[in-house]
Amino acid sequence: MAHSGRFGAAVALLLASLLAGCSAPGVDRPQRAGAPGSPGSEPDCGTGPVVLRARFEAGFPLARALADEFTRHHPNVTWDVREEQFAVLTRNAPRLLVDDPPDLVRLPQVADLVGDGLLRDLDGYAAWFGWDDWPPAQLRTMRAGPGGRPRGEGPLYAMGFSTSVTGVFYNKDLAARIGFREPATLAEFDEALARAAEAGITPLAGFNAGATGGLVFPLQALMAAHGSPAAINDWVFQRPGATIDTPANAEAARHLQRWLRAGYFDADLNATDYARMVDRFASGQALFMLDGDWESATLDRRMPGRVGFFLVPPLRAGDPRAAMSGPPTFGIPAGSAHPDCAAAFLNWAVTDRAARETTVRVGGSLPLGPADAHLPPVEPGSVTAATLAAAAEVVAGGTGMDFVANATGAALAESWTPRLQELAAGERAPEDLLRLVQDDYVEQIGG
Amino acid sequence: MSRLVGWLFVLPALSVYAVFVLRPLALTVQYSLYRWDGIGPSTWVGWDNYLAVLTEPDLVGAIGHALVLVVIFTGVPLCLGLPAAAVLRRATGGRAVRAVLLLPQAVPLVAAGFAWSLLLSSTGAVNRLLAAVGLDGVTRAWLGDSSTALAAVGVIGAWALLGLCTTLLLVGVDRIDPALHEAARLDGAGPWQEFRAVTLPGVRRELGVCATVTTTAALASFDVVYVTTQGGPGNATAVPGLEVFSLAFAQREVGLASALAVVLVVLVLAVVAPVLRWSR
Repeated sequence: MAHSGRFGAAVALLLASLLAGCSAPGVDRPQRAGAPGSPGSEPDCGTGPVVLRARFEAGFPLARALADEFTRHHPNVTWDVREEQFAVLTRNAPRLLVDDPPDLVRLPQVADLVGDGLLRDLDGYAAWFGWDDWPPAQLRTMRAGPGGRPRGEGPLYAMGFSTSVTGVFYNKDLAARIGFREPATLAEFDEALARAAEAGITPLAGFNAGATGGLVFPLQALMAAHGSPAAINDWVFQRPGATIDTPANAEAARHLQRWLRAGYFDADLNATDYARMVDRFASGQALFMLDGDWESATLDRRMPGRVGFFLVPPLRAGDPRAAMSGPPTFGIPAGSAHPDCAAAFLNWAVTDRAARETTVRVGGSLPLGPADAHLPPVEPGSVTAATLAAAAEVVAGGTGMDFVANATGAALAESWTPRLQELAAGERAPEDLLRLVQDDYVEQIGG
Repeated sequence: MSRLVGWLFVLPALSVYAVFVLRPLALTVQYSLYRWDGIGPSTWVGWDNYLAVLTEPDLVGAIGHALVLVVIFTGVPLCLGLPAAAVLRRATGGRAVRAVLLLPQAVPLVAAGFAWSLLLSSTGAVNRLLAAVGLDGVTRAWLGDSSTALAAVGVIGAWALLGLCTTLLLVGVDRIDPALHEAARLDGAGPWQEFRAVTLPGVRRELGVCATVTTTAALASFDVVYVTTQGGPGNATAVPGLEVFSLAFAQREVGLASALAVVLVVLVLAVVAPVLRWSR
């Protein structure tokens, strides 16, 4: 007994010594690095050997392809690239940027990282390279105000290679069976869904399992059609007073509920993940799939010439069509060793002819850049051609919106996903869904 | 002097234990008293995080789910393992059966989770089997239906733990002096009385170990849930382990995550301590 008592005392002593002198966790906000203001001379990679360290997203080969292409043009620059799942990147980004900052990182939305002073302000580069002269909507999602909010305005904290766009993919063979033509209004789209269901075809491929409530794609599309993409952006960018719980959005949520009740999705929606949805569509098991142009290259390979694409139609024919759009973002960490070289690479990737061709060929999406920039040719009749045209339409009309899942770091996992799974299960009223998401949002940004 | 030498021998293990177990534990307790995003400055909040753990419906619900899993993870392996051990002791070919029973324990739970989510999917083997015997009416995506998801997760965990418990109990049953069984039978005990008076007390320690291992596995469950449902649909299968992970890494509420982790540790100790005392 005496022994165990002594051991206990030793452990207590050890614990106490570990705790003693421990100050509060965390560090004071790091110095705001990369103060804006134009660089003195052209930011470039110099002539000596440079190794750029980068973290890219696994499964998206474009960044790697551009990096290799860059080395062919600038042999003194080589890469140390690590590819990781996006979820892993998202979770580790803050720690990575503090402990071991690379030169270029694929990032989730930038608000929290900007708030912690971990990202370089790119305004100086933007001014030098002329990114400021592009259509402003292209870079809007990557701007953030002081402390990280609101987003959508203020200094530029990230860049991208291309802008993606979401809409409706359709299987041309199945479409022919029901005499489908691309709809001009949402009502026409509804009618096509009903005809497909009558013909015994699953109208919509969807996914809503696990950590990603994929119903957020159709819901956001319907919210933009019933309401406006600008109102959705205000909410995602955390503009003061913005709310998702509006009558127009409630109408959209009821619209989605009608689709669910009509059985337009497969019954195991809540057990279907993203890969399975794409596979079902690509193997001809569903007529439509709401998704983004990042699947264009894959669909052109798997079902060449047999897939079409249109933007979700508006309520009234002829009104502008909205879409989720925005570049996958890449930031330069505040602690980067070669920020000028990384910025030079980002600029090269969107202005160089060969780089832009690589973006279209490998990424299947519209390269960022000035409105009159060179647009590489694509195979006519391919779905890539259709999504490129759609992306250009959204950029020109300024009807792009950020993904509602980007509103806060936890919005997708903690709010949209569980609530949409409940909606799909018939356990949650559409109005409650929006109210609960809004409550979480207020709680998260209030702190 | 000799005492000092004793400490010297303990030192290597103790230092590893201190660095990898005690220090993180102490830091977790410390973090739980702050509001902190894991990077920036932190604010002292005292017991607020604990209050939130015990009042926020999502977190309380997660703890409730863990308790349901305790019933399934512990109940099924013990209720099936004990009779299985009693029967296997006499059966011929017991060795092969033992190997098969222990197999789930050798499969990583993540792999088992993937395999089971295929079996339990809407077009999986379980549903085809049900349809084949005329039970089309009950087929469903077991992990995608909020009324069955938690039970389905429980079945996967129970499946993985059944073999371990049966094997442990078999060892216990084997260790009982055959003379006791013989004496019981000579005294006119039937199979049931023999089981109650000889077998059950004989495997008390093994029962305790099984209950401890399975209870801990249920309360601290993470891998099965992460692989199969990620807490969904809705919050139907949210468990504390998953919530700690999501709070710390997705929501960046390191303080709240730490408080939940501490509550989880206390809960595990509170449930396991009486079991250990009973089985001693």
